[in-house]
Amino acid sequence: MKISLGKWLLPVYSALALIFLMVPIVYTFIFSFNDSLKSNVAWRGFTLDKWLNVCTVQNGAVCQAFGNSLVIGAVATVFATVLGTMIAIAIVRYRFRFRTQTNLLLFLPMATPEVVLGAGLAAQFLALGVPKSMTTIILAHTMFCISFVVVTVKARVSSLDPALEEAGRDLYGSPTQVFLRVTFPLLLPGILAAALLSFALSFDDFIITNFNSGSVTTFPKYIYISAARGIPAEANVIASAVFIFALVIVVTAQVSKAAREKRLARQN
Amino acid sequence: MAFAAFTTNAAPVEPTQRRKSPIALFLLLPGMLYLVLFFLTPLVSLLLTSFQTPLVNGDVGQFSYAFQWENYVQVVTDYWPHILRSFGYALVATVLALAFSYPLAYFIGVKARKWPLMQSLMLVLVIAPFFISFLLRTLAWKQLLSDESFVITSLKALSLMAPDAHFTGTPAAVIFGLTYNFIPFMTLPLYSTLERLDVRYLEAGNDLYASPFQVFRKVTIPLSMPGIVAGTLLTFIPAAGDYINASRDFLGGPDTQMVGNVIEANFLVLLNYPAAAALSIILMSVILVIVTIYVKRAGTEELL
Repeated sequence: MKISLGKWLLPVYSALALIFLMVPIVYTFIFSFNDSLKSNVAWRGFTLDKWLNVCTVQNGAVCQAFGNSLVIGAVATVFATVLGTMIAIAIVRYRFRFRTQTNLLLFLPMATPEVVLGAGLAAQFLALGVPKSMTTIILAHTMFCISFVVVTVKARVSSLDPALEEAGRDLYGSPTQVFLRVTFPLLLPGILAAALLSFALSFDDFIITNFNSGSVTTFPKYIYISAARGIPAEANVIASAVFIFALVIVVTAQVSKAAREKRLARQN
Repeated sequence: MAFAAFTTNAAPVEPTQRRKSPIALFLLLPGMLYLVLFFLTPLVSLLLTSFQTPLVNGDVGQFSYAFQWENYVQVVTDYWPHILRSFGYALVATVLALAFSYPLAYFIGVKARKWPLMQSLMLVLVIAPFFISFLLRTLAWKQLLSDESFVITSLKALSLMAPDAHFTGTPAAVIFGLTYNFIPFMTLPLYSTLERLDVRYLEAGNDLYASPFQVFRKVTIPLSMPGIVAGTLLTFIPAAGDYINASRDFLGGPDTQMVGNVIEANFLVLLNYPAAAALSIILMSVILVIVTIYVKRAGTEELL
């Protein structure tokens, strides 16, 4: 009895822990079907209305905020991914002075609380007289995404076999050809992971955005502002749709990776 | 995908292969310059702002540069409970998140190795909360744990809670929210070290007549230390600066306000920029001191 209890304790705990993590997600999803009025607190009955007419509530305020978040996330992701990937390649492949200082400057933004990052940038924009806009939000998001891109891409560059690039050079590939035909394709999975991470960080950021957005509303900011007077079910619809979309991407990636590994294992 | 940062096993790099080349400068300069302009100089800007003094005959929110160090005395006198509360809540939440996450990460990283697909799907479930808005997740808990909710009415019916007691708006609710929201930040680094744990060390411990508890304490824990350090930092730092969970519209109440709440209020509502800046500098300095001591004592300085 004792043995079987010990054997089952960990799997049962893990299953319960994962269910616990899912509770608020399931709640948000269920309440996207609530036939609610202004505030979405009490259950009033099932409806598909909110899913079909997401953009009609409050003259499309929810969709407007969602659109802003998508634009900000996309632009900041492109900037952060390009800048961060360049840094990651330099750190793994090259020798340079001020290495310790470079690593410190990359680590510090991740060790600084968001409220300090947000207030710092806002103080700088204030001192320089820069009005807050979409641009200031994008500048802020790019900043905090760079370090995460570096960490993600660095891992990929480190695991790259230099012999492959040497082979390219031995076959008379120019440095540009070697980079475009050998290095870049091999780095691509790491770069894509970094870009997805950046987008996810930017899309869900509230604290830094709140300090640097002025009158621009992003999706998280919309929720924060509406929290006091009630959030319409349409916000749940958008959040649930984004959740399902992200989940499908990740699960597909994982399943295809597992299938590929299985196939490779069989070939060996 | 996301958080590949913590889950990728990077092979160690041979430093001898690093070349010296002007290309390095070309690769580094744009990004590092960006961080200098939008991370480092804002911190300097924050420091300068924290010493500002109100403009003579000026409006609310108008300040001039000075060396008004009394600002720091003022904010500590006014807000020391908020500062202490932030670090207290963050500490408790970090310990709870570690206790919650370790067994889960151990199961996924060590026991589930035999089933790679299940392992990766469980990992997806760990990061799933990231795919849904942080604020909506927190609001969902607020509804699920409100006075009229099933959980709270049941607890009251079973006399496990006083009939007139509340959960939302209390410190316990804020700590609960912080713990829940940062669990993935704890579980992922723990998983990434446990996943690489060589089980032969555990078997060796068993063979040498160590009890399971001794093996866990003397072998598993020390080997997973890098994950514990990374996870606790990734939880503690954002938790100490968070102001969503403690906000009155979310899980907090008037007596649960953290330092993040007063920074936000001073900066965006009261337009008292020097006070907000001084509080930010204090928060950042305390965190840097704690992180440095902690990382030195834990003996893992290779975080990046």
